[in-house]
Amino acid sequence: MSALFDLHGLDWPELLQLAGHFALLSVLAVGGAITLASEMQRYLVVEHGWIDALQFNAAIAIAQAAPGPNILFVGLLGWSVAGPLGMLATLAGIMLPSSLITFVVGRLRQAKRDALAVQAFSVGLAPLTIGLLLATGWVLALPLVTHLVSMLLVPATIVFMLATRRSPLWMIALGAVVGAFGGA
Amino acid sequence: MSVLPDPRDPPNRAEPELRAPRSKTDLFVAFTWLALQGFGGVLGVAQHELVERLRWLNKEQFVELLSLSQVLPGPNVINLSLMFGDRHFGWRGALAAVAGMLAAPLVIVLALALLYAQFSSVPQVAGALRGMGAVASGLIFATAFKLAPTLKRSPMGLWPCVAIALASATAIGLLRWPLVWVVLALGVTGFAWAWHRLAALRRAR
Repeated sequence: MSALFDLHGLDWPELLQLAGHFALLSVLAVGGAITLASEMQRYLVVEHGWIDALQFNAAIAIAQAAPGPNILFVGLLGWSVAGPLGMLATLAGIMLPSSLITFVVGRLRQAKRDALAVQAFSVGLAPLTIGLLLATGWVLALPLVTHLVSMLLVPATIVFMLATRRSPLWMIALGAVVGAFGGA
Repeated sequence: MSVLPDPRDPPNRAEPELRAPRSKTDLFVAFTWLALQGFGGVLGVAQHELVERLRWLNKEQFVELLSLSQVLPGPNVINLSLMFGDRHFGWRGALAAVAGMLAAPLVIVLALALLYAQFSSVPQVAGALRGMGAVASGLIFATAFKLAPTLKRSPMGLWPCVAIALASATAIGLLRWPLVWVVLALGVTGFAWAWHRLAALRRAR
């Protein structure tokens, strides 16, 4: 049981400092925490030396491979720094401030849904939202341009999703099999 | 079967009736299942599950929640789950949805971290990850294409919408400009134009 509370050499003030820094990043994380990965790398690897660059990259790669929100890489970083309590510190830090802001703004929006400003906000941001989705798809596809088979999977997935109502899991499984054995 | 709504259809006929989550458990289970399908990102799956399979939101409502989620700090899909849960069951609903989104995937991530050290050098593992990454990209594109037709009904008019969507896609995707500035500039532009158009519509009524 004591392994659960082993801080890997950090002391309690450092653990609080870790949570506090991620809480600060949380407020800045417009567009998701992955946009702040370079700042996290600077803080954990360069400034404090709590983990090395390879551990940092592994945490991101593992979180990308796992199902679920990408934010979990932050938890994995905390785990590499200071075990389970480290994970709790970074995840709580990155989640709580932004979630509280979202909660309050979401309620305000519901309460004033007929106000002109609120409607203009919804209507005016819709095209931006769709543009950001296109940008994300593009950025995810970019590292694959040299792999023909991977590049074929992108349009194949688009057609599958637009033409059928089947679960995306079929395409994800196909992508894994083709990637592993198709020389992608 | 085409997913693009036919503009000649009256809006009611094209959209099946919406449903709602029955309980907080219902929310928790739905968001867990949704998160567990999200390899390389949950957004594409969220659209499929919430709009097409469960029919808890229509496309317009989904875009609206997503828009708000994107401009607020924090992960988009978490913000979206939180606000959706709150609308149905208050703060307990928000907790249930976010817990569903995080709990099971967190256990899997930790298990994978233990396995990773042993298998990261196997080429098939790297290949499978790359293939799944390609599918994740396709899922996001498909989500954009499915939601884009909602812009046809926008009070802003189709062409201003297309201009803003393409400008933001170019600035972020191709030019890699910092997200905050792009969202501020194009968000304020869209907001101002929508305000202008909606105010004109209200005066006309």
